[in-house]
Amino acid sequence: MTTMIRISDWLTATPLSHAIGARFWVVPVVQSVHILAIAVVMASIAMLDLRLAGMIGREQSMQGLTRRFYPWIWGALIVLLLTGVVMIMSEPGRELLNWVFWTKMGLILGAILFTAPVRTLVEDVRYRDLPANRRALVRTCAVASLVLWVAVVTCGRWIAYAGDRT
Amino acid sequence: MSLLALCQALQDTPFATAIAESEWLFPTIETVHVLALTLVVGSIAMLDLRILGVTTRTFHVMQLSEEVLPWTWGAFVVAAISGALMFASAAAKYSANMPFRLKLCLLAAAGINMAIFHVTAYRAVHDWGHTLPSPRPARIAATLSLVFWIGVVFAGRWIGFVK
Repeated sequence: MTTMIRISDWLTATPLSHAIGARFWVVPVVQSVHILAIAVVMASIAMLDLRLAGMIGREQSMQGLTRRFYPWIWGALIVLLLTGVVMIMSEPGRELLNWVFWTKMGLILGAILFTAPVRTLVEDVRYRDLPANRRALVRTCAVASLVLWVAVVTCGRWIAYAGDRT
Repeated sequence: MSLLALCQALQDTPFATAIAESEWLFPTIETVHVLALTLVVGSIAMLDLRILGVTTRTFHVMQLSEEVLPWTWGAFVVAAISGALMFASAAAKYSANMPFRLKLCLLAAAGINMAIFHVTAYRAVHDWGHTLPSPRPARIAATLSLVFWIGVVFAGRWIGFVK
């Protein structure tokens, strides 16, 4: 914990941190971009999950849909990372000394772990040609990834409200 | 009754007061609002990008629209209700908040744009929905839609930064 406090203090003292803090508009703008990138991820995964449930796009193959959506998902995750770094730099202690933030980081790892297989499992084989247990795995990962990303967003909002600040 | 008096009356109601005084109720409603709005904006952006030809024509515009928009509407209802609850908890403060007013204007603009699109260019979507480029009125509507909805997100986030 004290290492993190030292890291946080060190980051707070950097010119970059001061530069961001000096411009009142940076954080709101960066947060808004962050939200738009979340929209890309959430809507994409929701679409794919609805397709797996057979509720929309039934004439589209799961393989084709994942090929369309996954570049957007990965691209949005990069934007989320970059905007996240800017937000941390603006006020390092707000995140780095907050257990809600670290919970969110752990959940992101989990979410990515369940998001990737939905793509890779239908990379070379169409969903309908997969054996039953593989299809079940795709569906499980698809639902789990959505649940985890929802948990990530929830933690993201709660950073502002909860967590110890030392 | 003046607007301010109305707002004051609203935030004095038991449920609005409960939201304002609770430590967790407002953040929870806010989280639901964020999740719902990401689905609204994300799904609308999907349609707009398709019309603009930024994404390739996997979907026929009409089919994408008919299948996805019901879900968009559902998410919008959730966003609107959660938004109304948050507004009620401090109605007087929010009604005087410039970004909030801007957000409502942008929402109205987005709605009007959507309505116009649906009674004009969309009427003939059967003819143009499977090819690119989409007709110019459709592309204009899609561009405006993106501008307005991105504006809604920015204005919405700005609410909390203005006293």
